[in-house]
Amino acid sequence: MGVLPRYVRLRFGRRFAEPGMEPMTTATELEGLPRAIGPLGWRRFLLSWFALPLSALAALLIGAALILAFGADPVTGYRDLLSGAFGGSYALASTAQKAVPLLLVAVGICVAVRANVWNIGGEGQIVMGALASTAAALALGGLPSFLLLPLVGVTGAVGGALWAGIAGFFKAYFNVNEILSTIMLNLVAVQVMNYLLSGPMVNKAQSFAVTGLIPQTRLLPKGSWLPTIVGGTQLNLGVVIAAGVAVGVYLLLWRTGFGFRLRAVGLSREAASYAGMRVKRTTVYAMVLSGACCGIGGAVLVFGSISHRMVTDGSLTGFTGNDGFNGIVVGLFGGLNPLWCILSAYLFGGLLIGGTAMQGSIGVPTDLVTTIEGLVVVFVVSIDYLRTSVRIQEEAKRLGQREDAAGGSGRSLLVKLARART
Amino acid sequence: MNQFFTYAILTATVASAIQYTTPFLLAALGETIGQRSGVLNLGVDGIMLLGAFGCYYVALETGSDLLGILVGVGIGAVLGLVTAFMSVTLKAQQGISGIGVYIFGLGLSDLLFVRFVGTPVPVSPLPNLNIPLLSHIPAVGRMFFQQNLLVYLAFLFVPATAFILYHTTYGTRVLAVGENPAAADSLGISVPRIRYSTVLFGCMMASLAGATLLLLDGIFQEDLTQSAGFIAVALVYFGAWRPVGVMTGSLLYGIVTAVVLQWKSLGIIPTSAADLAATAPAIVTVLALVALAGRFRQPAALAKPYVRGA
Repeated sequence: MGVLPRYVRLRFGRRFAEPGMEPMTTATELEGLPRAIGPLGWRRFLLSWFALPLSALAALLIGAALILAFGADPVTGYRDLLSGAFGGSYALASTAQKAVPLLLVAVGICVAVRANVWNIGGEGQIVMGALASTAAALALGGLPSFLLLPLVGVTGAVGGALWAGIAGFFKAYFNVNEILSTIMLNLVAVQVMNYLLSGPMVNKAQSFAVTGLIPQTRLLPKGSWLPTIVGGTQLNLGVVIAAGVAVGVYLLLWRTGFGFRLRAVGLSREAASYAGMRVKRTTVYAMVLSGACCGIGGAVLVFGSISHRMVTDGSLTGFTGNDGFNGIVVGLFGGLNPLWCILSAYLFGGLLIGGTAMQGSIGVPTDLVTTIEGLVVVFVVSIDYLRTSVRIQEEAKRLGQREDAAGGSGRSLLVKLARART
Repeated sequence: MNQFFTYAILTATVASAIQYTTPFLLAALGETIGQRSGVLNLGVDGIMLLGAFGCYYVALETGSDLLGILVGVGIGAVLGLVTAFMSVTLKAQQGISGIGVYIFGLGLSDLLFVRFVGTPVPVSPLPNLNIPLLSHIPAVGRMFFQQNLLVYLAFLFVPATAFILYHTTYGTRVLAVGENPAAADSLGISVPRIRYSTVLFGCMMASLAGATLLLLDGIFQEDLTQSAGFIAVALVYFGAWRPVGVMTGSLLYGIVTAVVLQWKSLGIIPTSAADLAATAPAIVTVLALVALAGRFRQPAALAKPYVRGA
């Protein structure tokens, strides 16, 4: 335990325990150090609770300025956006439906980023998950629903996991920048999709003589369709699956030894390695798990679709609807915590659904929503350093007070370090 | 296959390969300088998109491509200041702030396009400048010396950036800040100032690359770049942070793109196989990243914000 650097211990505070590990003993170094989770100073309180809402607000205000530049009324626009997203049961259900792939990708992002690997390949992993599960459903269409549905879920997860695993493997064993490799794999995935959907997996009933036809598979077997759970809406089983995955991943990350190791690797590869954890293997696992979540997202997109086919217009976003990138925004906005991501996914699902309604009413294209999302990321990331530095400042201050009260003469090393950092 | 190996087709393919290389080369050279000073800018693609739109809009309204390019580069400068403010002053996590800029650029460029243009009208491409004497050399002249201004400019930037990096005081400072900002700081070099300048340069190059891409196609559309900006960032790794290496990678990308397109239009490979062949550059890049990762060391302070005294 004592081998982890101070900030790892500070970060984990009192919840630093792993199943099967002996109870935490107070190391000599720990004495006199403040608890990480102590009374909050007001600046830290503001930053921890209002940083994200304020980022969103700032982004929405800039969005309002853009609507004005369009010659439209932002108040009407945002009112229509809200009612389109959350007004009435149909809107609420559509928003939930839209939130499903976002949540799955966001949960994947949580896993990866907690292990300090940036998985930007959500798009490619969605596509691969969708292709794998579609192929499985088309091949094994005769199976009853209770067998076929889990099967397509698993094949989807495997498809995404393998695709992400490539990047994870290269990152761990060859030190290849995972941001770049995942983006390259996105580019490969879309071409593979185009090839498969216009060749081997195409609906043979489509006439090849007709050009300009959108490539699609034949109708998927009925047993693989995600059942609707609320009558009169499109809300299907995908919502339950996504929420289940989010809760499951939360428990995995914070209540198991594997999750502990994963987060320890993310906080400091050196420290984790020194503590005997298998850093490279954990990195690959994190990426694989992240890809599996995205892959399930791909499967849900196909089997929860209205057309009950896998359809592409040849571009990457044509199938994924940019969910691989939107999921990153959702994950960051959810504070990289799968449970908060549920709320975050619902809000951003609403933004996307409402954006379409707004396009209809005031004629501002849905690109506005994309722009706002980009701004949210920019603001959240920019404010993060401030949050960290305020936390360190306050801890240092508290430590100083405690030492003064104890009549201590010198400042501890931590105080010096913290003062220097801020 | 035989019709590919004819004089006319081969020279035309090489000439277009050089054209396809240009946007990658411009963006990647700018990114190289930025990364050499320790800043990873992943927003290149978004900046390219906005630069491309700015260039398109102005070129469409005024009829002057050159004015369009200037405005495009100006947009790049503004975004460069914003990017530098985030990564240098606010010390944001650079990998993900760049993704934010990308998403922002992706949305805003199309938003502006719908608002101010709507129906796509092509702008006239840049005229080819034939270099006296050299353009008359058989084959070589057609391939390399009957190109437009931006192509020459991009390739001139290769020796220029190499010279600045390795043979000027400024370049040495950039390298020092990228390797050991604390040491550079202790010698009185302003780390923020150096990084602001390199990021600004990188973003202006990115938007110039966007303008180049636009003038190659002549028309703006949603997601015009198709991730070209990300490829440019990958090419910096590919080229091991050296201008000549970056040029080699860009050329490889340009050649593969041009050859695949040419084969597709000649019917040498069927359309379905062309989809798969189009993945070749990306796969080659990933494999090159794997092969080169162990052999070259990245700038020690890459993607690490500098905090004095930490």
